[in-house]
Amino acid sequence: MFKGKSRKVALPSFIAVSGLIAAACGSSTTSSSSGSATTAAPASLSIGFFGALTGPNAQLGINIDDGVKLAVSQYNQNAKVKVTLVNLDSQGDPAQAPQLAQKAISDKLVGLVGPAFSGESLVADPILEQGQIVNVTPSATNPALATKGWKYWHRIVGNDNAQGPAAAQFIVKKLGSTKVAVIDDASAYGKGIADIVRSTLPTLSATVATSQSIDPTAPDYSSTVNAIMASGATSVFYGGYYDAAGRLLKQLRDAGFTGQFVSDDGSLDPKLISTAGTSAVSNTYATCACGDVSTTAPGKAFTSAYQSMFSTAPGTYSAEGYDAANVILTAIKAGNTTSTAINSYLGSHSFNGITKTIQFSSTGDIKGGGIYVYQAQASSSTFSSLGLVSSLVG
Amino acid sequence: MQIPPSIVDGITTGAIYALMALGYTLVYGVLRLINFAHSEVFMVGTFASLFTLHALGITKTPTGLAIVGVFILITVAAVAGSSIMAVLVERIAYRPLRKRNSSSLANLISAIGVSFFLQEVYALRYGRDLIPFPRILNKTVLFHIGLAEVRLDKVVVVVVALVMMFFLDRFVNGTRLGRGIRAVAQDSSTAVLMGVNIDRIVTLTFLLGGAMAGVAAMLYGMFYEVTQYNIGFVIGIKGFTAAVLGGIGNIRGALLGGFVLGLVETFGGAIFHAQWVDVVSFSVLVLVLLFRPTGILGESLQRAKA
Repeated sequence: MFKGKSRKVALPSFIAVSGLIAAACGSSTTSSSSGSATTAAPASLSIGFFGALTGPNAQLGINIDDGVKLAVSQYNQNAKVKVTLVNLDSQGDPAQAPQLAQKAISDKLVGLVGPAFSGESLVADPILEQGQIVNVTPSATNPALATKGWKYWHRIVGNDNAQGPAAAQFIVKKLGSTKVAVIDDASAYGKGIADIVRSTLPTLSATVATSQSIDPTAPDYSSTVNAIMASGATSVFYGGYYDAAGRLLKQLRDAGFTGQFVSDDGSLDPKLISTAGTSAVSNTYATCACGDVSTTAPGKAFTSAYQSMFSTAPGTYSAEGYDAANVILTAIKAGNTTSTAINSYLGSHSFNGITKTIQFSSTGDIKGGGIYVYQAQASSSTFSSLGLVSSLVG
Repeated sequence: MQIPPSIVDGITTGAIYALMALGYTLVYGVLRLINFAHSEVFMVGTFASLFTLHALGITKTPTGLAIVGVFILITVAAVAGSSIMAVLVERIAYRPLRKRNSSSLANLISAIGVSFFLQEVYALRYGRDLIPFPRILNKTVLFHIGLAEVRLDKVVVVVVALVMMFFLDRFVNGTRLGRGIRAVAQDSSTAVLMGVNIDRIVTLTFLLGGAMAGVAAMLYGMFYEVTQYNIGFVIGIKGFTAAVLGGIGNIRGALLGGFVLGLVETFGGAIFHAQWVDVVSFSVLVLVLLFRPTGILGESLQRAKA
């Protein structure tokens, strides 16, 4: 990301930077009740959502935020201490993250769902740690986040140390491809997961046919496409988000690539299919630590409540957003009204989420957590679950 | 190394860069001003052709003669959208400043302001996600050169771009109005004394630059099949770079710069991997400017003799 910013030299960078600022001013907070939680029994508390609500990969953030909104509104129906939700729109840009983390502190938020992406987490989490703001990320899957010794950081999904190897196993053992081109978008998240795939493939006696990083903002990937075609790869793994993944996939198919295209949870969004075009998405898969909630009873209840509130089906990480918010709200309901009290409650309890039973390890990472794989369906323009990778590769 | 595919792709992207570079170079030649709102002129063109496709109700690839009709309509829409926007930008953001003899920095800020304004208006109206185009031209492989597939859409991009460049070159170097442009570029105060209406020439210049951006926008939409509120940003930088590389203010320089930049990018990507593309292309730019500070073909419009 920093590389991407500094590369656009000279004057045009004004355009980029101030464009982002203008956009941020336009659309950040929806509820501006600055938390006045000072004395013993506050009438209301504020929690926040931190992630992209606008910007090129905003759909993931919107999914999460809607899950959080649902959790908060269900909680407020019969609660002594009302909770309001503050939206911190990062646009998925790490450069926006520090000021938003400061805002979370100055607004005296007692808990935060997010940051949603790994890149912004690396920047925002140290500030949140200093400000002692409990944060529960539903989606930032970079393994390094768990190694920083942060006490206020939590994660309710499996990390890329689980997702990367699972993706590699799925490609080699289930799809039967042993020459894999591994491409990433040079972000903390995309390169992180791609590197794990790169190191796992040789252990499964498969080879990395070619290895490239692309600029997710560039329009043309022809040199990467040519390299993939020339390498004789039978499948492609892409580490990154749906926006660039969709365009790369389209250009690959246009160049006559017929092999499998496997990406990660950042690409698990119907927008990948609309960007690439329905004719391009055969043999297209995405792995995700996010579970399939369409089968369990609480999952079905969540899905119908979500549907009636937002008139759309839950998206990738909506259920995780709902779970992350409920973890914080459960702690508040138990009588904890400060960030530190909530933090110690989180560390010592386990929670029955709709995606899984949530229990945090001492690093803040979730205990357990499987990896699922989803396949793009051209007919419905959505992804459908194939199940757990571990059961698919047997 | 993939030499033939890199050449084919380099020429294709280079053609789009060159069309964009023409807009920067024309305005610079006449006004000594970098029109940073040119990237949004391009963006408006992509949306204009997308809306035309929506209005025509095209969801599937047309066949036969319908392709030609659709092409003409979206080209007209994109050219109209872009050139009207370019002229509006000149009227609203530049002319009032020019009339007051403001500094070139004020013009620059004004350009950046317009750039934001248009980006944000489109972002708020149409969202910030990529918006897909329907496929209007099948990407049929015509023939192979070594490993390279020469596809129909790539040929269309290059041919259309070359035809537009040819006409622009003839217009500027071979017509009365073109002579007016060259006269203002050479020496605007003398041109005024000789009876050239400078405001009309400036409007014409923006119109021509906008039309080229419109054609580029139509080709981009047809080729990459996506657009977005900030789609012009990267293309704008590439076009500007191509203009400087070839010699800003020089029409043929812009053409050459576009194709050179396209080729440098694809070869840079093929030799050093995709993440080095911009490093390679800007290194080439710096090297060229070190030895030829005014770009490959030299700076100004009047020196590009017919």
